[in-house]
Amino acid sequence: MAPGVDLLVQFFPSFAKIVLAATGLAIIFGIMGVINLAHGEFIMVGAYATTLAYNGALGALPLVPVDPIGVLPGAVQLPAAMLTGVLVTALFGLVVERTVISGAVPNWIAERTIGRPVVKPMYDRLLDSMVATWGISLIMVQLVRNLYGNSLNGIGIPFGQFSYGNGLSISTYKLVLAGVAALVLLLLYVVFVRTDYGMRARATIQNEGMAKSLGVDTERTYMATFALGSGLAGLTGALYAPLQTIVPGMGGGFLVEAFVAVVVGGASVVVGTLLAGGLLGFVYALFANVWGTFAGRIMLLVVAILVIRFVPQGLSSLVERIRDRWAEVS
Amino acid sequence: MTKRVDRRKFLAGGASIATAGLAGCALMGGGSSDTIKLGILEDQSGNFALVGSPKHKASLLAIEEINNDGGINGQQIEYYDPDPQSSNDRYLELTRRMVQQRDVDALWAGYSSATRETIRPYIDQQDQLYFYTTQYEGGVCDKNVFAVGPTARQQLGSVLPYLVEEYGPRIYTIAADYNFGQLSADWVKVLADENDAEVIGEEFIPLSNSQFSSTINRIQDADPDFVMSMLVGQNHTSFYEQKASAGLDIPIGTSTAMAQGYEHLRLDPPAMANIYAGVNYMQEIPTNRNTRDGGFVDRYYDMWPDAPYLNEEAENNYFSIYMYKRAVEQAGTTDQEEVKAALESGITYPAPEAPDGEEIKLVPETHHVNHHMWVMRADENHNVEAVDDRVIDETFLKDTVGCDLTSKDEEKQYTPQDYYEEAG
Repeated sequence: MAPGVDLLVQFFPSFAKIVLAATGLAIIFGIMGVINLAHGEFIMVGAYATTLAYNGALGALPLVPVDPIGVLPGAVQLPAAMLTGVLVTALFGLVVERTVISGAVPNWIAERTIGRPVVKPMYDRLLDSMVATWGISLIMVQLVRNLYGNSLNGIGIPFGQFSYGNGLSISTYKLVLAGVAALVLLLLYVVFVRTDYGMRARATIQNEGMAKSLGVDTERTYMATFALGSGLAGLTGALYAPLQTIVPGMGGGFLVEAFVAVVVGGASVVVGTLLAGGLLGFVYALFANVWGTFAGRIMLLVVAILVIRFVPQGLSSLVERIRDRWAEVS
Repeated sequence: MTKRVDRRKFLAGGASIATAGLAGCALMGGGSSDTIKLGILEDQSGNFALVGSPKHKASLLAIEEINNDGGINGQQIEYYDPDPQSSNDRYLELTRRMVQQRDVDALWAGYSSATRETIRPYIDQQDQLYFYTTQYEGGVCDKNVFAVGPTARQQLGSVLPYLVEEYGPRIYTIAADYNFGQLSADWVKVLADENDAEVIGEEFIPLSNSQFSSTINRIQDADPDFVMSMLVGQNHTSFYEQKASAGLDIPIGTSTAMAQGYEHLRLDPPAMANIYAGVNYMQEIPTNRNTRDGGFVDRYYDMWPDAPYLNEEAENNYFSIYMYKRAVEQAGTTDQEEVKAALESGITYPAPEAPDGEEIKLVPETHHVNHHMWVMRADENHNVEAVDDRVIDETFLKDTVGCDLTSKDEEKQYTPQDYYEEAG
């Protein structure tokens, strides 16, 4: 028995779950000031779209002559289905943003019929956005149940297993997920630091009024951000579709990790989520391994309490403080 | 002026509604109705819909069969089946409505033990006749409750001795972290002790958990001869796929998987390979009553062609409605006290779970059923076959506790901790 190796291996799946569960939520919260309580249901949409696409539902759509995923070679069918899941969820997020979060569509109609807007956007209205998105989540769970029944037939877990001695083994796919999680964080870093959209998004967070007066279309930034966050939730659903039972309430299983990670990580999406994933992943792996799943989950919440008490702005604020101090010294 | 008219109209309307309501009550309250009224509260939506809707469907099958066959003592059955939506609050509200407004003659209600315990105080207060049909942790000794599903001791008592015999005495228990899982794990300890086996490790898993790497890892580390799994709910179902993918190939005994949520049909093989379920019924059990042309399975799917599965609890609803029919025929009335007395006279029924020539027996003293239990094994292609079967009596209430409802009016639930040192 090598506890070191064991712990290292067990760290990867918990890191992956925390990072993937949190990124979409963190982006929408960090940039738009909207707490998306329907985050779990966005993940569910991603999982459903992936599973349905994988099982050939695209071919059954009107105007589609052949199932576009069925004609692909076997090895890329699952990635193609996952891509479908991401796109469907991003599109779905766009619709939710236009109709509920920003209220642009109902306002457009209202202005032409009764001559005044009826909905105030949800940006930076934390409590209101929670109620609105909670409503969305309730509607979605029951709607999906009505449309697709109580469960979908799942997708098998790809890749097989990885043995690491002493009769211990783990599903290789879970290790792959940790790599994907790291890749997602890297890509987000590039998006926020190297692209025009990223610059506009950061400007919008820092000072919305100033950004607007300098010609940034903040509303468009918000729209893109919500779609990006939704797409990431969809990616999480797509990646976890093979691992989980596909049922309407499946999104609830991601919420604890997602919210704890956002609380622990703090405002900065990339640095915060990376640090939160690292710390929480380690804590969970350690306690779940030695004392069982229950202890692992309790410790996630204990860490959240400690962080709120001692570093209320989250771990990323700690990094900023250290960076500022270094800047002063040099 | 218009306002006053409106108000008067409103008052008049209100009064007529109130009168209609009273009239309705008076009609319902009359004991001379010519139909027998049954309340069927089973989840058709919400968290338990997957396992609850087969119960609902099989109840309606039994009622339709009885009505087509001339009813009970010439009376047709009328049923009320609003959807409790897997919500305990709604169960309580609907149970009250069934009793107060519908004046039902008997009630079938609820999937989980939490639901049963939510409505049981009201049932007892009103001294109703209530059938609880889910397999459960056992121990309910209640004059008004007929808990006709198998108990944990019956289910685990069928599969655990078989696995000890086949694979060896070292057991690792994983169970859902709530009342049912904790008590079931206690029963594993009691049964392990009785069968010269030992529990070398146990883990209780929160219902919200759906990632099992560390659990799988801990099981591999302990290296037991077999695992006993009392995992519950959709999140926990993911365990079976994940353990197969991780290469965990230790045999698993269970009282919860396959027979209720048909995981062997929903999950990709080989997730359920080498899993042994101790159950009184699954649609695959090979009795003539169940599988012959025009048998139970055929009749169910004739009525419900789109139903995904016919599960353990569905059969329990089905045979208990027939047991109720026999009791009413014997009592010659639907008066609840007299029907209870008839049910306590040793009613039997040729249920689909029992082979030809055998009838399962409702035990008068405990209101539980001595079931014909099956050990069902799924292979790597998820084909399910019976590997062992025998009648297992309900012994905990009958012998260990000494519950005797024919002589003493009780309304209590007993737990194994009160009687076994190992369970403490």
